[in-house]
Amino acid sequence: MSHDVFKADSKLPDRLLVALREQGYTTIGPTARDGAIVLDEIHASADLPVGLREDQEAGHYRLQARRDEAVFGHTVGPQSWKRYLFPPNHRLWAAKRSGGSFEIKPQHEADHRLAFIGVRPCELAALEIQDRVFFGEEHVDPHYAALRTRAFIVTVNCAEAAPTCFCGSMGTGPRAEDGYDLALTEILGRGRHEFLVEVGSERGATLLEALELKPAGKDALEAARKKAAELAGSMTRRVETDGLAEALMANLEHPHWAKTAERCLACANCTMVCPTCFCSTVEDVADLSGDHDERWRRWDSCFNSQHSYVHGGNMRPTIRSRYRQWLTHKFAGWIDQFGTSGCVGCGRCITWCPAAIDLTEELAALRGAVTT
Amino acid sequence: MTLTTKAETLRPVPYVLRDKWQETADTWSMALEPAEAWLQADRGEPGQFNMLWAFGVGESAISISGPTHGTGPLVHTIRACGNVTRKLCAMKAGEVVGLRGPYGKPWPIESLKGRDLIIMAGGIGLAPLRPVVYHILANREDFGRVSLLYGARRPEDILFANELSGWRGRMELDVLITVDAADSSWFGNVGTVTRLVRRNPFEVDGAAALVCGPEIMMQYSAQTLLDAGMNQDSIWVSMERNMKCGVGLCGHCQVGPEFVCKTGPVYPLERIANLLATREM
Amino acid sequence: MEDMTIEKLLGSHDFFDGMKAEDLALVAGCGSNVVYQPGELIARQGTAADFFLAIRHGRVAVEIYVPSSGALRLETVSENSVVGWSWLFEPYRWHFDIRALELTRAVRFDGHCLRKKCDDDPVLGYDFMKRFAAVAARRLEAARLQIIDIYGKKDDDPDNQG
Repeated sequence: MSHDVFKADSKLPDRLLVALREQGYTTIGPTARDGAIVLDEIHASADLPVGLREDQEAGHYRLQARRDEAVFGHTVGPQSWKRYLFPPNHRLWAAKRSGGSFEIKPQHEADHRLAFIGVRPCELAALEIQDRVFFGEEHVDPHYAALRTRAFIVTVNCAEAAPTCFCGSMGTGPRAEDGYDLALTEILGRGRHEFLVEVGSERGATLLEALELKPAGKDALEAARKKAAELAGSMTRRVETDGLAEALMANLEHPHWAKTAERCLACANCTMVCPTCFCSTVEDVADLSGDHDERWRRWDSCFNSQHSYVHGGNMRPTIRSRYRQWLTHKFAGWIDQFGTSGCVGCGRCITWCPAAIDLTEELAALRGAVTT
Repeated sequence: MTLTTKAETLRPVPYVLRDKWQETADTWSMALEPAEAWLQADRGEPGQFNMLWAFGVGESAISISGPTHGTGPLVHTIRACGNVTRKLCAMKAGEVVGLRGPYGKPWPIESLKGRDLIIMAGGIGLAPLRPVVYHILANREDFGRVSLLYGARRPEDILFANELSGWRGRMELDVLITVDAADSSWFGNVGTVTRLVRRNPFEVDGAAALVCGPEIMMQYSAQTLLDAGMNQDSIWVSMERNMKCGVGLCGHCQVGPEFVCKTGPVYPLERIANLLATREM
Repeated sequence: MEDMTIEKLLGSHDFFDGMKAEDLALVAGCGSNVVYQPGELIARQGTAADFFLAIRHGRVAVEIYVPSSGALRLETVSENSVVGWSWLFEPYRWHFDIRALELTRAVRFDGHCLRKKCDDDPVLGYDFMKRFAAVAARRLEAARLQIIDIYGKKDDDPDNQG
C-alpha cells in the first residue's frame, strides 16, 4: 500500500465529490441542519458545513460561525457513520407463507456503494472497532460486511479539538495514519486554503490519478504530524487507560456507581450517539393477512429495561447496574471480547447526555479509592 | 483485520413439526424434521440451542432436549411463558417452524470421559441436560458412576417423569428427585435439590458436575458441591440470558465480558464464578 | 446389625460425627432402637414433644395438616439425618406431624433424659446445641429457598416476548 502525499487547493472537496459520484458512489458527509451538524448525502462542497464550528460541552451543543471559510472546521456532531453500515432500522429479510411452509427472501445490500467524506480519525477508529464486532471469528454479519467492504473512506484529520474530545488519550486521533482510502488535512491561514492529501489504498490512489495533484514535500507531512501531536497534548479531557479495565472490574461495587445512577436518566442517548455501540434487537413485523413477515433489526441499548430480560424479570433492574454495564463493557469487557477498548474518545456521550454526565470524570472517580 | 466472507445468514430454515406432546401443565416437547430434503440437519451437541421461529411472532432460544446422535427428529422442550413460546407450544403436527442453529458451547462431554458425574438439574433445566444422559446411556462404558439429582416445584411439574423412572429402573445411573412441596400422595423427597448432594455421597476425586436450572439454584448447587470438596474446574453450569441473535452480534446476553450465546451457555464455574457472585451483572 | 449397641450405631451416624467417645456413651444411654411402618404417624402436631430420631434407614416426612387440603409434605428426612427439635425448647410440643414414608429404622432419644444430661454437663450440652443449630440452619436455608418458588412461572408477564 502506498503512502503518497499530495497538495491540493480549496477546490479539492468539489473535485473529489465529482470523481466519486462519477464512479457510482453515493457521497455521504457532514452538513448543517436543524442547528447541528448531521450526516447526509452531499452533492457539492456547498452542502458541507463551511465556516461553521460546534460549541460543545457536557450536555451542551451549539453551532457557531467561524471567522474563516474552513470546510471541515467542525469536529463531530450527534450522528456517526455506523448509521450507514449498521442502520438504526434495517430489514434483514422478508418471508411469505408458501404451501404450508415459508420462503425467506434475504435483503441484498448489493447495489449500495457509499463514500464517506469527512470521517474523523476517532470515527475511523470506531469503524475499525465495529469491524471487529461484525466480522467475528465465528460469525460475520452479512449486512454490515456488504456495506463496509464497498465503502470508500475519506478521512479528515482534525485541526481543532472540541472541549469534549479526548482522542489524544485514547490513541485514536487527532490524526489517522492508516485505515482510509484518502486522508485530508485542511490547512488555513495567511491567505492560504489548501489540503494535504494522503493515499491509504489502491482504490484511493486510482481515484486521485484523475485529479492530477502535485506531490507534497516531505516537510508538509512532518508539519502535519507535529501539529497533530500538539493538538493531542492540548486536550484537557483525558482518560487514563493504563490498568483501567482491571480497576473497573475490581470496583464493581464502588459506591460511585450509585452516585452516577442518581443523575443518569437511562435515556440511552449515550449509546445512540456512540460510534461503536452495537446492541440491536429484532422485531417481526407481520401484515394483517398473516402471510407476510419481515424481520427488522433496530438499535437497542443496554440502558433499556428490556435489554437483559430473562423469564421472570430483568437481570439489571437498576440504573446503577445498567450504567455499570455500559461503562465496564466499553472499557473492560470490550477488550476481552474484541482486543480493543470500545471507546474512541469522540466525546459524543458527554455532549449529548441531558444530565451532563462526563465519562472521563466518572472513570477517574471509579478508579479512585473508595470513600464513603 | 481480514474481512472474511463467512457470513452468518441469520435466516431460519423450515422444519416440520412431526409430533408434539405435553410434558407438564406449561411445557411441551416438539419433534422437528427438515421440511425439505436438501436441508442437512445439524443435530448439534448436548447443551447447544437453536433459535426457533414462529412465523409472524418471533424467535426464542430453545435448548436441544433430545438425542444428538442417531437419525431421529430433533427434539426441543419448550415452556410456554412468552409470546413466542406460547405460539410454538400451540402449534399442531404438520405445521412448519423456522429453525437456525445450533449455537453455543456444549457440555464438555470429551473431558468427562472416565469420570464420575453428578448431573444437577432444576425445573426446565433438565431439558438441556437430557441429551447428556442420552449420550451417557449410549456410551455407558465411557463414564464412571453417574448420578442425576433433579429438583422440581411440585410432583406434577417433574419433567420427563416416565423417562426418569425408566432410567432409575435401568440401574445405569442413580436418579434422585426432590420437590419443593407436595401433598400426601407424593412418597418421594421433599426439599431442595442441594440436599440431594448430601443424600448421595460421592467420591470427590475425579468427579465432575454439570448444573442447569434457575440461576439461584445453580449458585446454591455449586456452593454445595464446593462444600463437598469439588473444585471449581470440575463444575460446569449452563447460563440463561436474553439470547436474540444467538451469534454474539446483538449484545443482549452479555454478562461481564461473556456473550452467553457464543462463549456459553455452558461454562466451567471457575470462568464465571465472580460474575455470578456480582449482583445485577 | 440389629445386635449392634446404640453407641456403635451412633458412631456411624452423620449427626454424631466427631463426638467424643465418652459423650457418645452418655447420650446412647438415652436412646432406643425403633422401627416405623410405612405411613405410620410418628409424631402429631400439638402433642408433647419428648423425643427426636436419628434416622438410620428409610425416610420420614415433616407434614402440616391443612384443613380442606389434607396433609402437605414440607420436607423429607432420610438416613443419616435427624428429625425433631421441639424436645429441646419449651413448651416441648410438636409443631408439625412426622410420618414414616417407608419402613424406617431409627434411634429414638428420650428428651427428658437428654435434657438432664445436657444440663448436668454444659460442655456436652453446648456440643449438642451446636449440632442441632447446624441442622436447623440448613433446614431454614432450604425452607427459604423452597418458599421463593425458584422454578415457578410468572404468568402473563407482558414483558416476556420470548
